Amino acid sequence: MRELAIMIPTRGERVTMRLLVVEDDHEAADYLKKALREAGHVAELARDGEEGLALAIDGEFDVLVVDRMLPKRDGLSLIAELRGRGNATPVLILSALGQVDDRVTGLRAGGDDYLAKPYAFSELLARIEALARRGTPQAADTVYRVGDLELDRLSHSVARAGQEITLQPREFRLLEYLMRHAGQVVTRTMLLENVWDYHFDPQTNVIDVHVSRLRAKIDKGFGKPLLHTVRGAGYMIRDGAR
Amino acid sequence: MTALGKLVRTTAFKIVAVYLLVFALFAAVVIIYLARHTQQLVVAQITETVDAEVRGLQEQYRIGGINRLVAVVETRVTQPGSNLYLVTTYAGAAIVGNVDVPTGTLDQTGWSEISYRRQEEGDSAKQSRALVRVFQLPGGFRLLVGRDFEERDRLRQILAQPARWAVVLIVVMGLAGGIFVTRRVLKRIDAMTATSERIMAGDLAGRLAVDGTGDEFDRLASSLNAMLVRIEGLMAGLKHVSDNIAHDLKTPLTRLRNHAEEALRSAKSETDYRAALEATIEESDGLIRTFDALLLITRAEAGEARKHMVDFDAADVAKSVAELYEPLAEEKGMKIALDANAPLPVHGSRELVGQALANLVDNAIKHGAPADAGTKGEIRVIARRDGGRMLLTVSDCGPGIPEQDRARVLQRFVRLESSRSQPGAGLGLSLAAAVARLHGGEILLEDHAPGLCVTLALPARAG
Repeated sequence: MRELAIMIPTRGERVTMRLLVVEDDHEAADYLKKALREAGHVAELARDGEEGLALAIDGEFDVLVVDRMLPKRDGLSLIAELRGRGNATPVLILSALGQVDDRVTGLRAGGDDYLAKPYAFSELLARIEALARRGTPQAADTVYRVGDLELDRLSHSVARAGQEITLQPREFRLLEYLMRHAGQVVTRTMLLENVWDYHFDPQTNVIDVHVSRLRAKIDKGFGKPLLHTVRGAGYMIRDGAR
Repeated sequence: MTALGKLVRTTAFKIVAVYLLVFALFAAVVIIYLARHTQQLVVAQITETVDAEVRGLQEQYRIGGINRLVAVVETRVTQPGSNLYLVTTYAGAAIVGNVDVPTGTLDQTGWSEISYRRQEEGDSAKQSRALVRVFQLPGGFRLLVGRDFEERDRLRQILAQPARWAVVLIVVMGLAGGIFVTRRVLKRIDAMTATSERIMAGDLAGRLAVDGTGDEFDRLASSLNAMLVRIEGLMAGLKHVSDNIAHDLKTPLTRLRNHAEEALRSAKSETDYRAALEATIEESDGLIRTFDALLLITRAEAGEARKHMVDFDAADVAKSVAELYEPLAEEKGMKIALDANAPLPVHGSRELVGQALANLVDNAIKHGAPADAGTKGEIRVIARRDGGRMLLTVSDCGPGIPEQDRARVLQRFVRLESSRSQPGAGLGLSLAAAVARLHGGEILLEDHAPGLCVTLALPARAG
């Protein structure tokens, strides 16, 4: 039953990240720290907005996880202050307020992503890892490659093992997003947000059907599957054999 | 507050008091005018009598000189109720007459008003007022003829007495009437107050008495009763919702707890524990979803999302939602037919409209019939303009919703018996309805024969 090992996908090229978690609820903060360590990352904790701001300014963090409601200085003001000082560290906002307009306010304040409580840890981890990758040269590449799969962002063409694959525009964007985050877990809500620009919970398995359609086009008939389902978390595209 | 104080403070009593004052003043003015007028009449009459008398006496003097005049006056003064007479010499000595007049009265000829005393009654005689005329006779004699004001005064008395009573009567009757009217008003107000206090204390079934007279109190009571009916309906709705929240949140909570207990009691292996924990997470995810949907409906109904409204194309939303659900529909043996050609500019929340439409399409996939012998298994998503309204219509070929249930399914947590077996919390249509209301639109449920046709109608962007 090894398939039941949910949440933490095993990856070859794991990069340890330095994270700062600004969360006033001790239990939640300790849980996050432990779970992030198990995922191979190092997390520091701050209990209030002022401490969080001081640590964020001094420390070299890959991603900040900031609760929206904090003692001393609220999360949004922390982010605004940080951005005002020219610090561009990616920030994931955690909030009990999860509605559309809260998200808009959060992102306007300078946050990079927004996750409503309560959340699944796999969702949080996937989003943190996606944020850390941001700004890396890969995002600017015109051609994404995973194994023998190639996606050309300029000519909108996809080929596997030199064989042209025809994709619908939405399928192309889906594959593009998956390939930009190759080697990372991408959750269903991340796909709905980034490919369809909707932030609601995809109640039924709408996304799964789209992914399996895409899988049929890029994996079927080719020896080695590239698009994997990460149980309990989402999807990942990677060259399994390395 | 004393009963009297309460009475005096009422609006009705104040109005009565003001009217009373106005009417009393008016009555006084009328009485004074009448009195003045009658007095003038009496005075005119006196003047005429005196003039006639003077003319007569002048005639007597012309015929028979002073002796004849004195004789005539002497006879006249003996008659009861006679006029006032006084004849004097040039020097002012009285020759004949029946009055004592103040000195100097006779110096001036013409009309004057004087105080006098009748001679025969002596010093005890009371002083009276009279209107007199002094006349110079050719021989230097002076003649005074006058008439007592008694008549005028009696008339004044006759008028003044009832007039005073009339004013007193007006005031007393007015006050009594005012108190009567005010007490009647107070009685009804008190009854209304008592009823509303009872209602405030929790008896929502209480109603104000309507006595059918159709007066202003009846009208007020009727409209307040209509309001109470509405409040009672809302309260019942709220109770229904909270009962449902209790049920729909407690049921999965109970299952969640049962899973955990079951695992603690009888799990033998790690696999068992894992399965139990996974079930627990699944249950809590369902709970979170229900919770989120409820919150979203509440926020949409509170109109908070209005702050973040933008201009967007509703036809574009229809396209993307149809495209999002198309593979899922195909997997269920249905197909989505999209008809969204012209752009439909709308001002609102693209996110919420998208979610509302997604709920409708999701419902259509859940409840619609797949393509088989009977149906084409088609879900039609149509975005079109109808005058000032943008219509996003989703129709399926499923069993539909009986007409009598259509209004009910828009309420929170309402799930028809036929859909109890399907997943969901019964919030999809409620959310769509709340989103429609947020945008100033509405949800329309129609028969698609067979199937259901749901329309999300949004007002077109102004300007």
